[in-house]
Amino acid sequence: MPRTLRIAVLEKDRERALMIVDGLREQGDYDVVVFGDETGLARKLANANPDVVLIDLENPNRDMLEEMALASSPLERPVAMFTDSSNEELTRAAIEAGVSAYVVDGLQKDRIKPIIDAAIARFHMVTRMRTELATTRAALKERKTIDRAKGILMSARKCDEAEAYKILRKAAMDQGKKVGDVAAALVASAELLR
Amino acid sequence: MTNPVVSCGFVPLVDAAPLIIAKELGFAAQEGINLELHAQPSWSALRDKLAFGAIDAAHMLAPLPIAMSLGLSGYKTRIDVLSVLSMNGNSIGVSNALFERIQFSDVNDAEGAGKAVIAAANGKQLRIGVPFPFSTHSELVIYWMEALGQSRGESFVLRTFPPAKMSEAIQADEIDLFCVGEPWGNYAVQSGSAKLLIVGNAIWSFAPEKVLAARHEWIEANPALTASLMRAVWRAARWIASPENLLTLPDILAREEYVGTAPELIERALTGQLRIEAQGPSMTVPRFVEFFEGAATFPWRSQALWLAHRMASRWGVDVDTASETARASFRTDLYRANLSAVGAVIPGASEKIEGAIHAPKTVAAERGELLLHPDSFFDRTEFDPSKPIIA
Repeated sequence: MPRTLRIAVLEKDRERALMIVDGLREQGDYDVVVFGDETGLARKLANANPDVVLIDLENPNRDMLEEMALASSPLERPVAMFTDSSNEELTRAAIEAGVSAYVVDGLQKDRIKPIIDAAIARFHMVTRMRTELATTRAALKERKTIDRAKGILMSARKCDEAEAYKILRKAAMDQGKKVGDVAAALVASAELLR
Repeated sequence: MTNPVVSCGFVPLVDAAPLIIAKELGFAAQEGINLELHAQPSWSALRDKLAFGAIDAAHMLAPLPIAMSLGLSGYKTRIDVLSVLSMNGNSIGVSNALFERIQFSDVNDAEGAGKAVIAAANGKQLRIGVPFPFSTHSELVIYWMEALGQSRGESFVLRTFPPAKMSEAIQADEIDLFCVGEPWGNYAVQSGSAKLLIVGNAIWSFAPEKVLAARHEWIEANPALTASLMRAVWRAARWIASPENLLTLPDILAREEYVGTAPELIERALTGQLRIEAQGPSMTVPRFVEFFEGAATFPWRSQALWLAHRMASRWGVDVDTASETARASFRTDLYRANLSAVGAVIPGASEKIEGAIHAPKTVAAERGELLLHPDSFFDRTEFDPSKPIIA
């Protein structure tokens, strides 16, 4: 029975890191360590001595890992960025999901694939959640702005809420803009007049 | 009808200027392309996105297309160089502690500065920061140290830090020296974390720094888009070279979506106004960065071969294979075919002896003549690509 593989996850955001760790543990029995802080990264990684390192493709510290992957001192284990020329699809899928993996030399392919698969699935999930969160936040913000614009109109034009919304909607249609944009412009101008 | 999109990755640095100007000043639109620029967080991210076609073209470190084509960096992919985006532009900075001990003040004297640093290190291993393992920065410092009798892994080591973090790294004593491009060289000096030791030009006076690169397959499949992109970028470089445009250039580059630092810092880089220390006097370094003059944009195969020879010996690649790959990668053929019609002065040859020009020199071009800038190495060696010597 081969020994348990050790996987290092480089991720600052605690929640994202936990999601990735969960995904890996569901996939198999791995020893997973998370590094959230990049200071002294080379030393920390050398101490942890992982078999696989997972890092977000967009992480600005990735180039530091590239150097470690090239380290040629006999004391260091050769590491390479995960690129499987016999399975270009898997490499491409990883890049598209935004995950890059570094793997020690000599690790069997069938042991790496489930890790990469799990990482890809989790990275996709994290990205989706991030997009959803951003969309929800934007929608919430827009609704608040529209509410404030309605309030301004109600007091300036002495009308009710339904009438105020109609005014906004008409202005938006006339100007070929979104209601949210017209509301934002009104709120910004009203602040100048205060 | 809308223009076809060419998506191009870049790292937020001053030398991405030709791409930024090609887009912002409308040179790309004039050529009938919609040039989309995508800032990348690291060279490895840029490399991987280019290799897998997430972007069509890229602002790239000159040695990287050769390394990628040889399978030395990331997924082995044939990457071609369409033109050179910038020559020079790097600074070698030292920690304040090291500077105390050397008190060296000639930014153009690589030999004197190198000897002073080696003496001050007094047998202690020098840690030199570079932005990426496959970079002109790495090649310059390794060449510099080796020519002075030092050996990598023993008396000096290279450490990779993102350019924007170089100042912090030297402040935190993670490195003793660095070689970095702009605006980060000036930034490190202005913020007081380092002192300028020498400029990159002091090591190799006309060194290819960033190139316009694309996947070989993409170029083959899109000859018209390739030609339009090359012409737009060449016109942008010519615009950059006009002194009157220096008034607006720093402000365009400084924008948040591009370099995102103060325009004053960028202006210093563009005009070669450098300081050894934050409060010190300014001096002007000629050709600190060059985008256009002296056939700067021409992808000399001899430059590719020099880089290939240096990398081959280091990474254990057969020199002939490396040479062949490098020669095929630097597309002088496309440069000739696509840029002569727009008025680019095209050199008569595609290779020259690197390091043989010590004063500005006029050479024959396809039509007329061409002025070449000095391209000397600090130790006055010459690299003749037809008679290769393994470094």
